[in-house]
Amino acid sequence: MTDSNSSLSNLDLETPEKPFLDSNELVINMGPQHPATHGVLRVILRLDGEKVLGLECVIGYLHRGVEKIGEHRTYTMFNPYVDRMDYVAAVSNGLGYCETVEKLLNVEAPPRAQHVRVILTELNRIASHQLWLGTHALDIGAITPLFYTFRDREEILKIYEKYCGARLTTHAFRIGGLQYETYAGFEKDVKNFLAFFRPKIDEYEELLTTNRIWVERTKNVGAISAQDCIALGVTGPVLRASGVKWDLRKAKPYANYKNFDFDIPTGENGDTYDRYLVRMAEMRQSVRIIQQAVDALPEGPIMAKVPKVMKPPAGEVYHSIEAPKGELGYFIVSDASTQPYRVRVRPPSFVNLQALDVMCRGQLVADVIAVIGTLDIVLGEVDR
Amino acid sequence: MIAKLKAGYGSGIEPLSYAGQNYMVVDRSLIPEILLVLRNEEQFDFCVDITAVHYPQREKQFDVVWVLYSFARNERIRVKTQILDGESLPSSVPIWPGANWLEREVFDMFGIKFDGHPDLKRILLPEDWKGHPLRKDYGILQQDNEWVQINLGIESGQ
Repeated sequence: MTDSNSSLSNLDLETPEKPFLDSNELVINMGPQHPATHGVLRVILRLDGEKVLGLECVIGYLHRGVEKIGEHRTYTMFNPYVDRMDYVAAVSNGLGYCETVEKLLNVEAPPRAQHVRVILTELNRIASHQLWLGTHALDIGAITPLFYTFRDREEILKIYEKYCGARLTTHAFRIGGLQYETYAGFEKDVKNFLAFFRPKIDEYEELLTTNRIWVERTKNVGAISAQDCIALGVTGPVLRASGVKWDLRKAKPYANYKNFDFDIPTGENGDTYDRYLVRMAEMRQSVRIIQQAVDALPEGPIMAKVPKVMKPPAGEVYHSIEAPKGELGYFIVSDASTQPYRVRVRPPSFVNLQALDVMCRGQLVADVIAVIGTLDIVLGEVDR
Repeated sequence: MIAKLKAGYGSGIEPLSYAGQNYMVVDRSLIPEILLVLRNEEQFDFCVDITAVHYPQREKQFDVVWVLYSFARNERIRVKTQILDGESLPSSVPIWPGANWLEREVFDMFGIKFDGHPDLKRILLPEDWKGHPLRKDYGILQQDNEWVQINLGIESGQ
């Protein structure tokens, strides 16, 4: 007893010569299995107490070698693989791929096919944003929206199931158009869904937008400026919330988006709250587009004249679409054989995830969760 | 714009077009210069994608492609260069910070090194994996059996 007392009194507790507990920087692992990382994402945080000094993302846990597989499958055989990348918004992936190969083959889908494509893709945008809203609110602590947003998503998935048989990985489009004609009652179903869904967005806004806890948790969290976004290559709602009014559907229109009237919602500060508002507004715009599309559905063929054995002439094409998460690009190199020579997918979530470090500097650990949610990443797309 | 660049660099640039998309094949020696000119003078401030294609039959085996976009001109352009196996390229990270992970992925999948990259290590595959999968001489079912045996404790992944 006396020994330890004397040894304690020997220690100079006022000003230690060298720090025996370096409590300045702590490295913590937010491991691949975590309820709030939306998949298998590993984040290594450097913390000073609760404040984040920097972070590093380790990805690749869901790498399936989709680009390598693309070199060993024919163009039509590769179509189903594409849905599995961003499995939340599978229809958009299919649209991007089909349009890129159509560019290589120099065919254009007929007007009716393009119209139906727009309807299904915008429904997909709503479904993706609904899943985003539910999981993002859940991460921040608002458990209620999850159940309601998934119920809305169910309605959309029912339409997909009636149309092409699959809910999630739909393989809805074919190169050159569509395979299935819209089923009897498709337009009535879509119109009923719109009538059902329109007031729901207002309900969710009522739950969250002026909610004091929500505003406290999301305002000024994860702010990123427009210059940083452009420098880092960030696209999608994140870029629009930072003030850049840019949307591929307006800048480089594809699939007859030229014929529809819609706005591009933008934010001011580029923080989490603005990204939330931008996505809610995007859902409203999607409803507007679907309403216009379904009111003016033209008659006609649904498939262009495409050879059964596809051998596009040698060349390379880059084409991108505005997926719900950002700019989804496909770079396909063809060597005049039945299989592509190289398929490169430019995933929006992969490039957006680079911004996580910049957005989280100086924030608290709880804000890291909010920022991961607001970036809306899907690991299937990040890793491919 | 292409005419101006061609006038400036002569034979180092070959402008081409396919399916309505403009791209240029640039000499390896011109590489950081052309990208800087494109960003500073021609306002291509957005690096959309960096990727590579492997042509094993050619002498210059790799085609490295930059896809750039300009907000001001609403124009997209591709810059391609051809390099030998084992040759390295200057990194574009000082020009566009977003090129960081894109170049790491090209290194991971093809083995093309970028000089001056702040942190060039594998991104999608484990750190100590051997081999670069997207090369044409890497089999579709091939795996790094040594890594699998050490880390997963099984004989092989097949």
